[in-house]
Amino acid sequence: MSNHILPIKTYVAVFIALMVLLAATVAINRVSLGELNIVAALSIAVVKTFLVVLFFMHVRYSHRLIWIFVGVGFYWLTILLALSMTDFLSRTWPPLGR
Amino acid sequence: MDESPAMLRHQFEDASQQRESAVLGMWVFLATEIMFFGGLFAAYTAYRYQYGAGFAAASHHLNMLLGAANTAVLLTSSLTMALAVHAAQVGKKPAHIAGLLVLTMLLGCAFLGIKAVEYHDKFVHHLVPGASFVWEGTLTRQAEMFYYLYFAMTGLHAIHMLAGVGVVLVVAILAARGRYTPQYHNPLEITGLYWHFVDIIWVFLFPLLYLIA
Amino acid sequence: MTTSEPTMPPVHYLNCDYSIRSWLLTQDHKRIALLFLVSITVFFLLGSTYAGMIRTELLTPNGNVVSHQNYNKLFTMHGLIMIFFFLIPSIPTVLGNFLIPMMIGARDLAFPRLNLASWYVYTLGGIFTITAAVAGGVDTGWTFYTPYSSIYSHTNVTTMAVGVFITGFSSIFTGLNFIVTIHKMRAPGLTWFRLPLFVWAIYATSIIMVLGTPVIAITLAMVGLERVFHIGIFDPALGGDPLLFQHLFWFYSHPAVYIMILPSMGVVSELIACFSRNRIFGYKIVAFSSVAIAVVGFLVWGHHMFVSGQSAYAGLIFSFLSFLVAIPSAIKVFNWTATLYKGSISYDAPMLYALGFIGLFTIGGVTGLFLATLGMDVHVHDTYFVVAHFHYIMVGGAIMGYMGGLHFWWPKITGRLYPEQWARLAALVIFLGFNLTFFPQFILGYLGMPRRYHTYPAEFQVLNVMSSAGASILGVGYMLPLFYLLWSLRRGPIAGPNPWGAKGLEWLTPSPPPTENFEQTPVVTEEAYAYRPEENASG
Repeated sequence: MSNHILPIKTYVAVFIALMVLLAATVAINRVSLGELNIVAALSIAVVKTFLVVLFFMHVRYSHRLIWIFVGVGFYWLTILLALSMTDFLSRTWPPLGR
Repeated sequence: MDESPAMLRHQFEDASQQRESAVLGMWVFLATEIMFFGGLFAAYTAYRYQYGAGFAAASHHLNMLLGAANTAVLLTSSLTMALAVHAAQVGKKPAHIAGLLVLTMLLGCAFLGIKAVEYHDKFVHHLVPGASFVWEGTLTRQAEMFYYLYFAMTGLHAIHMLAGVGVVLVVAILAARGRYTPQYHNPLEITGLYWHFVDIIWVFLFPLLYLIA
Repeated sequence: MTTSEPTMPPVHYLNCDYSIRSWLLTQDHKRIALLFLVSITVFFLLGSTYAGMIRTELLTPNGNVVSHQNYNKLFTMHGLIMIFFFLIPSIPTVLGNFLIPMMIGARDLAFPRLNLASWYVYTLGGIFTITAAVAGGVDTGWTFYTPYSSIYSHTNVTTMAVGVFITGFSSIFTGLNFIVTIHKMRAPGLTWFRLPLFVWAIYATSIIMVLGTPVIAITLAMVGLERVFHIGIFDPALGGDPLLFQHLFWFYSHPAVYIMILPSMGVVSELIACFSRNRIFGYKIVAFSSVAIAVVGFLVWGHHMFVSGQSAYAGLIFSFLSFLVAIPSAIKVFNWTATLYKGSISYDAPMLYALGFIGLFTIGGVTGLFLATLGMDVHVHDTYFVVAHFHYIMVGGAIMGYMGGLHFWWPKITGRLYPEQWARLAALVIFLGFNLTFFPQFILGYLGMPRRYHTYPAEFQVLNVMSSAGASILGVGYMLPLFYLLWSLRRGPIAGPNPWGAKGLEWLTPSPPPTENFEQTPVVTEEAYAYRPEENASG
């Protein structure tokens, strides 16, 4: 892992970007887009995650091995969600009792 | 450059092997945390898909502004944490590093304080799942399921925040004693990784719980 | 091989300090391995006792040894203890802890204190488990299916769930330690493709431990919450879905079976290579197959849920993926067999275990394919066919690998040789006892005898008696090593550094090794298993 030191202004710039994205998330929520609302909100969350991971957590300047483990962690979560949803998406649930 | 030999543990050949091992070790741990929260995210996904209407109705009782404020608090705390690590990297004075860490801690406590206010509000309005749950309107069970996931996910997150605040406190004390230098600041770096990760979890919890249109 | 009498080194990791404190606060991976050896052996004896009671009950068609409620507790506790407290930790925490640093030329693991913490956490989880057992046990089956476990069972589910939750962290700590160690602390010249295959196997196992265990932890936490606070996350009456529990449970518990078998496969690679004096045929393919098993193993969990109410489409996907996961395992079996070809085979006890593994694991694995076939599984799900299948893999496979490894590395760990003839006898008794116990169960299952029942139709009695008889022989087989291995500690011949003439960095050290393993970090210049250097060029 390279010992790359990021300048303070990079951290501040990332922070400002994160706050702008937060404001965007709240603003979009005021507009009703139906199904797209959650897509938009989660997409922004993903962008925020990238910013935090790449810059605050120094992954942009880290060894490739770290990139692999970061990717593996998120990918495994995807496996859990995707494969279990194959069941939930393809069957109907009985109506709920009171 | 063999620096700080006193901080080199016996199993390692040199400081850079030690540092790389610490960082890799923390990332492996964070991968386990992704999967730990992942189980709750899976439950959320399954039930949100099935009970969209009930979830939306229940989510309205959450205070979106407080949630947004908490997000801002955590993002700021990530900034102060990143700056604390940076300060160690460039050799700032111990008081400077410790100060940034204390700021991070205070922001973390602010987050927990706001969370406590929200939880109290839920208690008062009988929105805690279980025997005392009261819901006006239909879709009671769906709303209760939402609140179960709300408390489980934010509760687990809050436990991680509390642990994080504790660790940052310890690290701040050590920083104030001059323990961290440009040559050695592994505990600070990996604490930072943990802190940012807990922040990322919240970045996802906020839209999933508070912003169901 | 030395011509003079082998001697014990004057100072080594066992005698450098005799105080209790030096054991309970040790950071030496070798001592921690022995701490785990004692713990898992205790749990093995406990789990075996439950097994003995089960087989005693099943000698007769009518339930007259224990009540049906207690029978439910017997198979539940047998499963929980054997899986979480014996099989999952066994090879990684004993052989993995002892050997990984030595095999890569390191002084210790990356995080020695985390290693010790892993043992303490395991012990704490074990205390919760024994508490649950003493307080009356659990009767849900080791699978904790909801809503029975979360609402209706009156047994100590929460205590047991806490025990498993805690022990899971032991797994995570160990796996994390191995991953970082293998990535970062290999000796100079030791590239990935020069590593012993045991290291590859432990690495793949560690990936599974780290990514899978957290999911069962959170799942059991949810079951605990449901029991304590009466909230209905898995309760259909309250809108919950019991299948959600099963998805989350099996997401871990299927890969868990690969945690149990992969290390054993790693041991078998070492044994086959040494006792046929050959390089492992297709080294790289075997290495990749370990990783493939770990990865694909996470994609198949739904094959435990074919008849649960899971959708047919999901069943289809999981069945197909389950067929895929058999491929890397089969590749290993082919490659081990090819390694034997034109080898100089010797039949010492470790090799007997390795050969037994290959045959028994193949049977277990192939019957797994039967179960992965949707149509067939509908008939044999929840019958003794399944019980036989997984015992062939876990006992005929995993435990045989563990026993083989324990014998193979015993001289390195203790500095003494075990008595070879007794060891061969024990291996034979175990092999015969095992097959007599579990082969009849394939037939019973096919004929329709359900699992987890304490009574059965009278026409099944003969096969059940055979199985119980086999179990008692198996028990004798397992007791023998307990005696002769302990005997060898005082009376066994001194082993010397490399009694087997094996390749591998661990054999370069004295037996027992010094605390720091190597006086100087070795530099590696040859491939793994360089038993026939003149043939290496033909690769």
